[in-house]
Amino acid sequence: MKAFAYAKAPDLAAALAAIEDPGTSVIAGGTEMVNWLKEGIATPERLVDINGLPLDGIDARPEGLRLGALARMSDAAPVVAAEYPVLAESLLCAASPQLRNMASLGGNLLQRTRCPYFRAEVLLPCNKRAPGSGCAARHGETRTQAIFGWSDACVATHPSDFAVALAALDATVIIVGPRGERTVPVTGFYRLPGDDPTVETVLAPDELVTAIDVPAGPHTRASHYLKVRERASYEFAMVAVAAALAHDGGVVTDARLALGGVAARPWRLDRTEAALRGVSLDDTEALRAAVAASFAEARPLAGNAFKVKLAQRATLRALTTAGSRGMVAS
Amino acid sequence: MIAAIGGLRRPDGAAKLTGAADYAADTPVDGVTHAALVPATVATGRIAHIDTAAAVRAPGVLAVLTHTDMPRLKTIGSPPLGQSVLPLQDDTVRYEGQPVAMVLAETFEQARRGAELVRATYADVAVPRAFGDGESVTPRPGLISGNPAGRVGDVEAGLAAATTVVTATYTTPNRHHSPMEPSATVASWHGDQLTVHESTQWVFGTQMALAAAFDLPADHVRVVCPFIGGGFGCKGFVWPHTLLAAAAARVTGRPVKLVLTRAQMFTSCGHQPATTQTLTLGTDDDGRLTAVRHHSVNPTSTFDDYAENATGGTRWMYASPAIDVAVLVEHTSRQTPTPMRAPAEGLGMFALESAMDELAYALRMDPVELRLRNEPAVDPMTGQPFSSRPLPDCLRAAAQRFGWSGRPAEPRSMRDGDELVGWGMASVTMDTFRLPSSARVRLQADGRTIVEAGTQEIGTGLPGVLTTIAAQTLGVDPGSVEVHHGDTDLPETSGTFGSSATMGVGSAVAAAATELRDKLDALAGTGAYPRRLADAGLDSLDAEARWDPAERGEGRSIHTYGAIFVEVRVDPDLGLVRMPRCTATYAAGRIINPLTARSQMIGGIAWGYGQAMLEESILEPQLGRFLSKNMAGYLVPVCADIGDIDVSFIEDPDTDASPLGAKGIGELGAVGVSAAIANAVFHATGIRVRDLPISIERLLNPVWDAPTPTTRP
Ligand SMILES: Cc1cc2nc3c(=O)[nH]c(=O)nc-3n(C[C@H](O)[C@H](O)[C@H](O)COP(=O)(O)OP(=O)(O)OC[C@H]3O[C@@H](n4cnc5c(N)ncnc54)[C@H](O)[C@@H]3O)c2cc1C
Ligand code: SF4
Repeated sequence: MKAFAYAKAPDLAAALAAIEDPGTSVIAGGTEMVNWLKEGIATPERLVDINGLPLDGIDARPEGLRLGALARMSDAAPVVAAEYPVLAESLLCAASPQLRNMASLGGNLLQRTRCPYFRAEVLLPCNKRAPGSGCAARHGETRTQAIFGWSDACVATHPSDFAVALAALDATVIIVGPRGERTVPVTGFYRLPGDDPTVETVLAPDELVTAIDVPAGPHTRASHYLKVRERASYEFAMVAVAAALAHDGGVVTDARLALGGVAARPWRLDRTEAALRGVSLDDTEALRAAVAASFAEARPLAGNAFKVKLAQRATLRALTTAGSRGMVAS
Repeated sequence: MIAAIGGLRRPDGAAKLTGAADYAADTPVDGVTHAALVPATVATGRIAHIDTAAAVRAPGVLAVLTHTDMPRLKTIGSPPLGQSVLPLQDDTVRYEGQPVAMVLAETFEQARRGAELVRATYADVAVPRAFGDGESVTPRPGLISGNPAGRVGDVEAGLAAATTVVTATYTTPNRHHSPMEPSATVASWHGDQLTVHESTQWVFGTQMALAAAFDLPADHVRVVCPFIGGGFGCKGFVWPHTLLAAAAARVTGRPVKLVLTRAQMFTSCGHQPATTQTLTLGTDDDGRLTAVRHHSVNPTSTFDDYAENATGGTRWMYASPAIDVAVLVEHTSRQTPTPMRAPAEGLGMFALESAMDELAYALRMDPVELRLRNEPAVDPMTGQPFSSRPLPDCLRAAAQRFGWSGRPAEPRSMRDGDELVGWGMASVTMDTFRLPSSARVRLQADGRTIVEAGTQEIGTGLPGVLTTIAAQTLGVDPGSVEVHHGDTDLPETSGTFGSSATMGVGSAVAAAATELRDKLDALAGTGAYPRRLADAGLDSLDAEARWDPAERGEGRSIHTYGAIFVEVRVDPDLGLVRMPRCTATYAAGRIINPLTARSQMIGGIAWGYGQAMLEESILEPQLGRFLSKNMAGYLVPVCADIGDIDVSFIEDPDTDASPLGAKGIGELGAVGVSAAIANAVFHATGIRVRDLPISIERLLNPVWDAPTPTTRP
């Protein structure tokens, strides 16, 4: 680990001023950052600690949620459990209780891939860690890698569960920087790798995430987060599905679906969502066909063709579970 | 304090819970220097150049040692060394992760930073040799436990005579021990006296290897290790880091502390090698075996032949007129593998007990019945009588506790909502390793009894077991017994491996305590012993004894047994398996401490669940490295994975094994779990998984594989 300087930011302005310097990185809960420092994945000159900033609010309002970037995962989950089950489930199935007590929501969105080559204790051929060094995973171990949206430069997936649930709920990220405040939908927050997998989000190095807004709606209650993984707890998703539905007597009027573990960003299933409108939740064949509509464009790698099948089955299951919730509620 | 369910609670428990127990890296040493290793980043080649300039200039760095300035060490061979190649002795790179330099600095962080700054370049880098690419060869003697090959009868004739033959290939993956406490060494020299605080399963083996390396008499080396935070085999032998820390301390003239990183734990102290095992079983119409063939091949390093004795259990499990077992190895680019809980039978019984299940389906016979029908009267390979053979009792008892009799045999015949339910079982066995040990017991006039034995406490609760044995033999209160352990200055004991400690050290303590009791009884007077000591004008009286397993059991086939039954729930859409309950009954000699014995078996079953469902260390073929060297990439079970576990024991005191009647239990619990789970998964789904771990993709295939025996007319 390279030595670095450390300072606490007294307020937002100071934090923003600090990160104008490209050698300075932000640390919140530190559950990701400290690992990166130890493995040489991040080598900042300076860390600015933003935990003192008043960004930890968790506000549930009629028009939606405003979640502060520094709210802890374990604090947010119970507040959103009743009206936004998909969010609470995505938080509670992530990491471990100890980690969730430390981990901030903003930090969760900005965690980086679990690609085993990227996470190695030494530098392996990895364009994300060392641009131009190649991608050892492309023709290597691909079991946990992407089936959508990858490029020859990088085939990694984004590991956040929470981001997938947010993407399904059309949440937006509030960003501040020297150019002022802006709002970006979670679906547009992440970049696909293209030629440069080092740039993962639209957040500029001199910007901070301050909050996340989640609009309310009839679909948020009939929602579910399904995380598929071999270990019953404390494992990243092999595939995950966030589903939120509005329906009228079991006939879908509005469906929102996002997948995790399949791409460098939460993967919305636009075609499926469109195809589901007007479909009865009892009509398994129609649901299956609607799900399949989004998978024509799947491009599995040598070792992960099974994820195409798995993701479709998981989507169907999540849809059914979300639908049953709506009916119980109404 | 005797606990309600029977058995003394751990006397060392409070110290461990409160953090007061000292582990090797906790040892305070004045003026200590911190060491960090620089591992090779290629799997095969030669060191071309090592640029240490930046490291040497880094803050706090005192020295950087490479093969050019490291003292030449002498070898004692393996075991006690884990591998024959000594560290930093030449420029050849034989495996990824091999140390190529060592940085010494004032702090741990400075040492690690220094290690990052060392730049090694390599020449003659070749494509790593992967398992499956090369030739399988007969292992050279050395790192082989047991006899890798053997044959009785005529297997071909037995197969020709068979009416049902099942043959299949089973594979198990590379696995890493991953104890909670990483390996650590603190070494200091005083003249030519070396003291080492080490996380080891064998203080005397470490002493032997260090004495040999530095050409010292054994009594110039003291190794201390009261507690180990788990080992599971990776601390059984002596690995490069221990020699390096001691050598660096000699070079610098300062004490050196070397703690391996988690990543280094994947390349520094062995691993369980993958196995590819082919099983062929033939039976007559009644399900009586006519032939058994079990061949296994495992990868080893290019420089040592570690043969994983996977076919061991097949030698004595079932009656058959013809048995043929063999273990071959393949030379690959990796560190030398090493035993891991449970070695040998832990791997082989997955194959044998899966094949027995396949055979039961081919015969349309209950799998328990098939096993009972093939119960041998004597060891089928050696003809020796068994010292005890309670396998049928275990099978019947566990089947009854589990409620097996109601099981419909057809796969996919039990459901609960969307889930498929399956019941599977397996027989369990483990070889009994009996190793000599010594101990001393002293009774003091102040009423305290001191038990002294060099052995280390690995977490199994050995101090409690020794307390129980001493207290029972002497007829004193367990609360008055103190156990001193973990130091080569104490009486010599064997390693804490091969499930041998309770039997070996326990027998030595029993012998010493018996001798002491005789001495005490010979004292004049009556009343309690302390009183008699005082009356005789003595402060204390002691006795030391050595137990040698050679004294008994000659000509006997001595093993432990068990039976395990599991229920699995399979989500067929998502390929997920969960194990809500498991029942296991064991016969493993006299159970000295039911409380810790039960804990051992529960831990073993959880360990076996990991083998069945989660654990796999992928050796990346292009890079020749274990890909994920961390606990987020190498998954072991968590509490949420483990359902109800019902453990019971059958009384089976075996005085052929030891005077206590005790045998080894530490690894037995990990055996058979994977086969029972795979068999239950077949019962639930109709999918036969022959490759571990049972991952999602292996179950997504919706095709129901009907069993495919070759049935002869
Ligand atoms: C063992 C383990 C298992 C895990 N399992 C899961 C899982 O199953 N599912 C899951 O979703 N996650 C999982 N995580 C990830 C975990 O949720 C994240 O580590 C955590 O949310 C990060 O938050 P933090 O506050 O600790 O971030 P930090 O480590 O402090 O920071 C992470 C990154 O975010 C940046 N950052 C933080 N806050 C801001 C801000 N407000 N504005 C701009 N940049 C910011 C930092 O600069 C840094 O780049 C796991 C983590 C670990 C270590
Ligand atoms: S997939 Fe991406 S993160 Fe993984 S090795 Fe390739 S470039 Fe690096």
